[in-house]
Amino acid sequence: MGGLEAGPVDLTEAAYAPWQKRVKALALLLIRGDKAQMNVDELRRGIEDLAPEDYERLGYYERWTRSIADILTEKGLFTAEELTVKMAEVEKRWQEQGPK
Amino acid sequence: MSHEDSHKDHAKEHQHSHGHPHPQQPDSEDEPYSHEQVMATALEELLSDKGLIAAGDMSSALDYWASKTPADGARLVARCWTDPAFAQRVGENVNAAAAELDMDIGTTPVVAITNTPDLHNVLVCTLCSCYPIGLLGESPGWYKSRAYRSRVVSEPRVVLAEFGTQISDETEVRVHDSTADLRYIVIPMRPEGTEELSEGELAEIVTRDCMIGTALAKGLEE
Amino acid sequence: MSRFKKGDTVHVRTDYPQGHARAPYFTRGHQGHIEQITGPYPNAEELAYGRRGAQEPLYRVRFRQQALWPSYQGSPHDTLVADLYEHWLNPGDRS
Repeated sequence: MGGLEAGPVDLTEAAYAPWQKRVKALALLLIRGDKAQMNVDELRRGIEDLAPEDYERLGYYERWTRSIADILTEKGLFTAEELTVKMAEVEKRWQEQGPK
Repeated sequence: MSHEDSHKDHAKEHQHSHGHPHPQQPDSEDEPYSHEQVMATALEELLSDKGLIAAGDMSSALDYWASKTPADGARLVARCWTDPAFAQRVGENVNAAAAELDMDIGTTPVVAITNTPDLHNVLVCTLCSCYPIGLLGESPGWYKSRAYRSRVVSEPRVVLAEFGTQISDETEVRVHDSTADLRYIVIPMRPEGTEELSEGELAEIVTRDCMIGTALAKGLEE
Repeated sequence: MSRFKKGDTVHVRTDYPQGHARAPYFTRGHQGHIEQITGPYPNAEELAYGRRGAQEPLYRVRFRQQALWPSYQGSPHDTLVADLYEHWLNPGDRS
């Protein structure tokens, strides 16, 4: 994105939310852990491969999440269906009990 | 746009797509969670179900991140300022020099680029947001932002001014775009009037931003 | 073995390949000088698709800002250094 037009840099120092830290930790495990499943270049490619409107709309760690899901699905670690089912379970639980 | 802003925008959109707001969660921030937050938790649980991550893995990864702060980078810079032989070793191999100070900065090679009166260096990664995490910890939101990554390459002096940093036109401003296998750390110039400070005191004036190059190191009295 | 040495003039390919490309857009078609030779590293454009990636030198290439951006407003001394894999570089014109 170097050289594109953009507004002033927002210098707000915001702490990262717990869920953002977990995405980062998950990425570390998947890329550098004993049971590494992907590499950082795949993570980057997965971010680039997001539809332009998704890329624009999503936050930084939301893009990471989508990329990890896409890359691991592509590698056959789980199916898109398995992820959808698990997401429905998580969302149901959060609606009942709140996010952990 | 910072990633925090876009996160809020997305959360709003998420509400609309469901036609109802999510119930307020007393234990979380007021914002409802996004689709990707649900996905992130689902990924963790799915990988755990499949035995691809173990129970303690997440907490040790979280601990690793929490342990990385700019204090290590600052300690390295302060040693460079007080020990020219060490500074030379940093110039040759930052990872090995950091190990002398009992820092484990990982295996990704880090290159030190040293500011001089004639040269001011500033870091960016335009393709993603590569950053010397081992020495500086988590990168700030602005380092990841579109505004910084887009503009610092084409108008670095304007961006530096937004950080309150003015560089003389006689000094070369050199932008380093770290898009591949190397990470960088800027070794700032030691401010004048700090001759009496101890190495520990010097480390305290070395801020994260002056190791990214968006700020200059300043003496204690300023 | 690296094809270029420190100080050589190089020209970044003006290519827009399908898929993951690791040369920043704004460097493509521009000429710079080899600042430092590093690596070899596996080609990240291959790694991005889960392939092994052939080892190749990675160069730190220095460009004059006024050459990259026609309307550059900073000092004429200003430069930019980008990390580029060897396959993105051709020999430049002597200058």
